[in-house]
Amino acid sequence: MNTTMKEGFDLAMMKGLKKWRLFSLLAALTIFLSGCGEEYLSTLTPAGQVGRDQFNLLLLASAIMTFVVIVVVIIYVLALVKFRRKKVGENVIPKQVEGSHTLEVIWTVIPILLLIILAVPTVIYTYKHADVAAMDHVDADGNKTAVTVNVTAKLYWWEFEYPDLGVVTAQELVVPTGEKVYFNLKAADVKHSFWIPAAGGKMDTNVENVNQFYLEFDKESADLKDGVFYGKCAELCGPSHALMDFKVKTLSRDDFNAWVESAKTTEAVADGELATQGEEIFNTSCIACHATSAEGTAGGVGPNLATFGDRNRVAGFMDHTEEDLKNWISDPQKYKPGNLMPQPKQLNDGKEFSEEQLDALAEYLMGLSIEK
Amino acid sequence: MSSIAQKKGFGATLWDYLTTVDHKKIAVMYLIAGGLFFVIGGIEAMLIRIQLAKPDNDFVSAGLFNEIITMHGTTMIFLAAMPILFGFMNAVMPLQIGARDVAFPFLNSLGFWLFLFGGLFLNLSWFMGGAPDAGWTSYASLSLASPGHGIDFYAIGLQIAGAGTYIGGINFLVTIINMRAPGMTYMRMPLFTWTTFVASALILFAFPPLTIGLFFLILDRMFGGNFFDHTMGGNTIIWEHLFWIFGHPEVYILILPAFGIFSEIFTIFSRKRLFGYSSMVFATVLIGFLGFMVWAHHMFTVGLGPTANAIFAVATMAIAVPTGMKIFNWLLTMWGGSIKVTTPMLYALGFIPSFVAGGVTGVMQGAAPLDYQLHDSYFIVAHFHYVIVGGVVLAILAAVHLYWPLMFNQMLSERLGKWTFWFFFIGFHLTFFIQHFLGLMGMPRRVFTFRADQGWDLFNLISSVGAAFMAIGVIILVYNIIVTAVRNVPVGNDPWEDGRTLEWAIPQPVPFYNFRQTPLVRGLDPFWIEKQEGNKEGMTYAEPLSDIHMPNNSFIPFVMTVGLFIAGFGALYHGEKDWALPVLILGFAITFSSMAVRSLKDDHGFHIHKEDLMNEKGGK
Repeated sequence: MNTTMKEGFDLAMMKGLKKWRLFSLLAALTIFLSGCGEEYLSTLTPAGQVGRDQFNLLLLASAIMTFVVIVVVIIYVLALVKFRRKKVGENVIPKQVEGSHTLEVIWTVIPILLLIILAVPTVIYTYKHADVAAMDHVDADGNKTAVTVNVTAKLYWWEFEYPDLGVVTAQELVVPTGEKVYFNLKAADVKHSFWIPAAGGKMDTNVENVNQFYLEFDKESADLKDGVFYGKCAELCGPSHALMDFKVKTLSRDDFNAWVESAKTTEAVADGELATQGEEIFNTSCIACHATSAEGTAGGVGPNLATFGDRNRVAGFMDHTEEDLKNWISDPQKYKPGNLMPQPKQLNDGKEFSEEQLDALAEYLMGLSIEK
Repeated sequence: MSSIAQKKGFGATLWDYLTTVDHKKIAVMYLIAGGLFFVIGGIEAMLIRIQLAKPDNDFVSAGLFNEIITMHGTTMIFLAAMPILFGFMNAVMPLQIGARDVAFPFLNSLGFWLFLFGGLFLNLSWFMGGAPDAGWTSYASLSLASPGHGIDFYAIGLQIAGAGTYIGGINFLVTIINMRAPGMTYMRMPLFTWTTFVASALILFAFPPLTIGLFFLILDRMFGGNFFDHTMGGNTIIWEHLFWIFGHPEVYILILPAFGIFSEIFTIFSRKRLFGYSSMVFATVLIGFLGFMVWAHHMFTVGLGPTANAIFAVATMAIAVPTGMKIFNWLLTMWGGSIKVTTPMLYALGFIPSFVAGGVTGVMQGAAPLDYQLHDSYFIVAHFHYVIVGGVVLAILAAVHLYWPLMFNQMLSERLGKWTFWFFFIGFHLTFFIQHFLGLMGMPRRVFTFRADQGWDLFNLISSVGAAFMAIGVIILVYNIIVTAVRNVPVGNDPWEDGRTLEWAIPQPVPFYNFRQTPLVRGLDPFWIEKQEGNKEGMTYAEPLSDIHMPNNSFIPFVMTVGLFIAGFGALYHGEKDWALPVLILGFAITFSSMAVRSLKDDHGFHIHKEDLMNEKGGK
């Protein structure tokens, strides 16, 4: 090996190590990354232990990788500055170096060590995040200790069933804070993927098997911008894949229990004359697919509407206003192409819904609530 | 056949190209066809970025957007990147090893036509009821549910094009094993030949799983098979495995030749032997081998369980080691050299930081629990564009400039070349760097629109602006090519002056029989050795001047391919149109009778006589 090369290389390594200690890098990265994104949606502001583990892995990986990038860049820049033809002379024939065993060993062993540092937490977390044994734990009375949610992904909406509590809802997942919440995930038609970025990584909903994992939520969602965390479908599932959003409401354990109790006992009632008219239309045109009671099991043709008035969005992504609701009902294909909800003419004896009918339906639906 | 230069009419030239079996002409056709598909795929990319430039945009509809992203990915991988690399392999590799041609010139032609007609078949879907819309990965539950014929075009088109690639891969393998000039041992082969060799071996093993998967898909969609229909006992996850057992090695099929191209560039423009040649070869082989061990890292979120995920996570990280070796060897090739920043070198210099960034984000995604967050988000979009654009496309653009004089005996404008580089390079980082953060901020990939105020608006706009820069770069390149072609100034051999390998030793324009006498290879970088020893003749030759045996041109590969193209439409409309079955049979009849003619008719080729060779100065 020629000596200038070796000296330059060593110099570069020393400089690199002195300037960039892994630790200070980590700190800088944390500050930089957490400035990014919205609290209710970003993986950089983890809202539970699973997301936090994954975020920490991101920081560790980024730090190691930044170190590698810096070492490469230093050698690169030095080489480029020192050995330009302008500098070494037009007619110089450089020494034809074959290679260096020492250097080969260095840049094989150091990367292996760096990868081992990353591989250890990777393997540990892989097993940790797949551990769903506590799902089946029962207390002295034989009741399950943990909340389990059966998630069914459908074109393009989400059904959430609480099998141990006898409650089912759609589009808006309600979970207790401060404990592990377990999920059984399945797709009803084509493959989707269940992702709540702020809470943790995604898991696919396959058509042929049930996947299981868990998430944790530290804090109640009431203080967030919309009062909910955002959930996304992360697997291409057709034209309206981008619109297959859902929301997550996190409640303290007491509030969650109250919510479950209310879900089981609340009956859908039409309040006022307009809403009563709406209920009649609903009972002739809509009820074949949409249930209005949250007590029950999964398997709805359309989303369960028992909590419609409490929700944050119409059809999972439109603003929760009567105007948007009426737009949606009068032309679902326009707003969510490829979805399976029939157009009004198929429901209303071959006619579009009239403005009065839409007003009545909107009034009725907005009144469906278990929280009020 | 006369080898004396003569003006030919358009018809004669066209017929010459339709029937040619010359690796250099086939290379040009790969380059033109691949370049055309590259532009089409680029236009699709621009449509994507226009649609996503602002929230709630309605520039394209939801369904059309899915068709565009599917065709963008499929076109760029199968019809642009791979064929263009095949073009360079064809143009350069036989010359680098001092061969007359590839081992099977007839198959070389067949491979090209299969690729071209497969690509045309796929793109005809735009005009025949809609393009495929299930993503380039075409996951089974969605691809079975997709209405219309889009997915059928995808499955049949890729099957035809894939057969061409497979044939090409085998051809390169046999060529490199059997046709090296005397003295060209394996450990004297230039890195581009080595990477062609390993990439071809990957094609040999990676394409059969894709072929099987596509046949299953064709049977499921057109002939009532139930391989993937879970309600009939099928399983959709099998498609994911088959696809990625192909799909991951495919990444290396693309990137290894790119590594080869950059290895050539670093040595030429640093005027220095490749640092750590044997470890570079070892790393190439190792990457090829490990490439088959990691496919399930595309499937961490499928639910394979922690043990599978942990094993594939660690295996994935392991690939970083040989890749890192390569990066450091390139850096040390520059170290102590004499670096001249030409356009190809500029691309190579741009490649290092870009590819390192793509590589490290790959390791991050190898960490399975972290991948649960990154998978199918914009982070992965950023990552694979850093690898494919920052690696493969930069290599292709570098090679266009580097090998243009070898292929056409003209030099592309260096000034315009540098303009292309800077627009493309800055645009590339502007487009994709910020997408890492979009992914971390919760944006899923393959979304046709996004609502405002989720924190993604500005970054998406920046990304779209970057895409426009890349487009400008490509437009300058096209202009550069046209201007250079019109000017048509011959440059002769070794135009970069520091060529080291055999292809730079050959006279320009390259005679159709390549080297008049097969050269003798006396070490790594044989041309460099001869130049250093002051050999005025160019090379030392291994044989006296003697008759050269050449293959005849043939129209059969074209006809054979047209048969499959016709049969494709028969299969596509099977069970729907009455004419479908007869057309299917007709197509296969054409193909099989062409094969029969080829098998039964003796074609011994022809000889160029020694006397004719002695009278000749240069090319055709």
